[in-house]
Amino acid sequence: MAEFTLRLRRYDPESGEAPYWEEHTIELEPHRSVLEAILQAKARFDGSIGIRCSCRAAICGSCGVRINGRPDLACHKHLDRAEKQSRDGVIEVEPMGNMPVIKDLIVDMEEVHWKKIRRVTPWLIPKQPVPEREYIVPRESMVDVTQSMACIQCGACVSDCLSMEVDPAFIGPAALAKAYRFVGDPRDDQHFERLQDLAEDPAGIYDCTHCFMCIDACPKGVAPMSQIMRLRRRAGNDFKISDRNNGERHEHAFVSLIKQYGLLNEAELLPRSYGGDSPLAKFKPAATTELATSLPVIAKALLRRKVTPAAVFKPHRLPKQDLSAIAGIYDTIEGREQREEFNIYISGKDEDR
Amino acid sequence: MRVAYWPGCVSRGFTPELHGSMARIAPLLDIELVPLDRASCCGAGVIAEHNQELADTLNARTFALAQKADGTALMMNICSTCQGSQSECQERLDASAEYRAKINQTLAGEGLSYEKGLTNKNLLWLLVEELGLDELRSRVRRPLTDLRVGPFYGCYIVRPEDRVGIDDAHPRDTYLDQVIDALGGSVTDYAGTHKCCGFPIITMNKDASLKQAGRHIGDALDAGADCLVTPCPLCHLNLDLQQPMAARAVGRNLGMPVLHLPQLVGLALGLAPDQLGLQRHVVRPTSVIDWTTAVVGEVGAPAAGG
Repeated sequence: MAEFTLRLRRYDPESGEAPYWEEHTIELEPHRSVLEAILQAKARFDGSIGIRCSCRAAICGSCGVRINGRPDLACHKHLDRAEKQSRDGVIEVEPMGNMPVIKDLIVDMEEVHWKKIRRVTPWLIPKQPVPEREYIVPRESMVDVTQSMACIQCGACVSDCLSMEVDPAFIGPAALAKAYRFVGDPRDDQHFERLQDLAEDPAGIYDCTHCFMCIDACPKGVAPMSQIMRLRRRAGNDFKISDRNNGERHEHAFVSLIKQYGLLNEAELLPRSYGGDSPLAKFKPAATTELATSLPVIAKALLRRKVTPAAVFKPHRLPKQDLSAIAGIYDTIEGREQREEFNIYISGKDEDR
Repeated sequence: MRVAYWPGCVSRGFTPELHGSMARIAPLLDIELVPLDRASCCGAGVIAEHNQELADTLNARTFALAQKADGTALMMNICSTCQGSQSECQERLDASAEYRAKINQTLAGEGLSYEKGLTNKNLLWLLVEELGLDELRSRVRRPLTDLRVGPFYGCYIVRPEDRVGIDDAHPRDTYLDQVIDALGGSVTDYAGTHKCCGFPIITMNKDASLKQAGRHIGDALDAGADCLVTPCPLCHLNLDLQQPMAARAVGRNLGMPVLHLPQLVGLALGLAPDQLGLQRHVVRPTSVIDWTTAVVGEVGAPAAGG
């Protein structure tokens, strides 16, 4: 047995009182979980501590909380590890973020999580005609969606999503990972419709800010951000969906500018992200409007010589022989019949075999 | 130390003061830069979003060029985003000999080949793990006494933890704090230190992008920071270049100077602000620097450091 001190964030919105911290010292073996510690505190010291839990084995997804400021399942964190990661030797437990608190460690997942899950049509829309018996699909295509199927709906990724923090309308990592589960499923009939819907929604796939928070948050290795990137790949490349959020245009402009210059040409990237992948993009209405609103920023950057006219009109580029080597790489890879996507989650690493 | 130096694109494009200040501090730290001037953009995650194999091949080419750079101990970058994007590609390349062979086949035309296991470190990691904080401390000529600095890491250099090599022995998510401390400044702890600047969605959802930048700068301001420091030029674009727009998005005055990591190091090593390109920033760092005497922080800071 060892002693551990918990610092729990207590809050009862109905009481009208502000949230406060409360410490309890419990006794447990170091390999026992933070959840067990909370339950001991509840049993021994204060029965009013609010915590949601069920399976205690990282399967049900009920006990999502923040431990030492980071999202996790309370049942999935060993006490010794949690103590080691704490700031001051006290294990801090608070409710998940981005969702309203119902009581203490229990949050209301309805608006921010469940509604978004329902938003992505989380069921299979079968390809017609439905076969008399089972669908026959290549094995690899089902292995491909296993990563997104591992989600247990705990909300840890939603808790710390940095896009949701400023834009609560963002569909979010959990629901978009769920969307890939069906977009990646060969038995589903509505890949294009699903992708067009998610690409055109201003709070859809192009609202993800690529911060990797959800990858670290997920206790099941779903890597929601990687699934969002796959949705973008399929939308932009396979279905050529040119969305109103500039997502596809930005990506294509970026990729083609690197082919042309070898290095990023920021002065061209901006207008092309709005106006399309052409040197004339800056004269298109979508780009001129954006350039006009950015004029104070551009003017200041030029004034401070942060951005020089040379950088705009004569951008850096690689030597000719390197550019032709890079063009060769582009041609080889883009000429392949099928896009290669190496996923370590599925293939594993050599040294682990 | 001789390093294969990858400056990235933005440090030579829209934030030229970053590459410039790195070139200035390198000799003062006995770092010899061998520029990878044939290497291409890392893709910043966007090329990978388009086609993973393309991003992996372009970066494998960069790694192969680094491995060919004579007498270099490792590859060094000065951009969190380059670090993250390259680490992502390297993770896949190193995971499978079969996949690596396929990528190398595409590079064969140029006589290039990537061998598993390149060490690629951001300047921040190099300062702590290769040079060492004691060594850095001993080279400080003008400690950043009384300067309250908010560290802004940039997502790509702190997540995902296992990919960027953060563990008990390498707490890389604390290195910026440690460097500020070694330079004699004081660290301002604030909510946004490991959060996202919003830059990746500036063309897709400008309002959300600017709100992220504005929120984190505001948090640092409330926590009492005099300035922010970042190892990422893309963060710098949203935090400095776009700061007037970010201030508008969050409806408050900000005026927070944002320094590139080599600029902060350079100031402590005794370089003048204009040698480090500080006059090029949109938010002038006048609040932290007395421009007439080029003394950092409070006037009267000791002339020589220890």
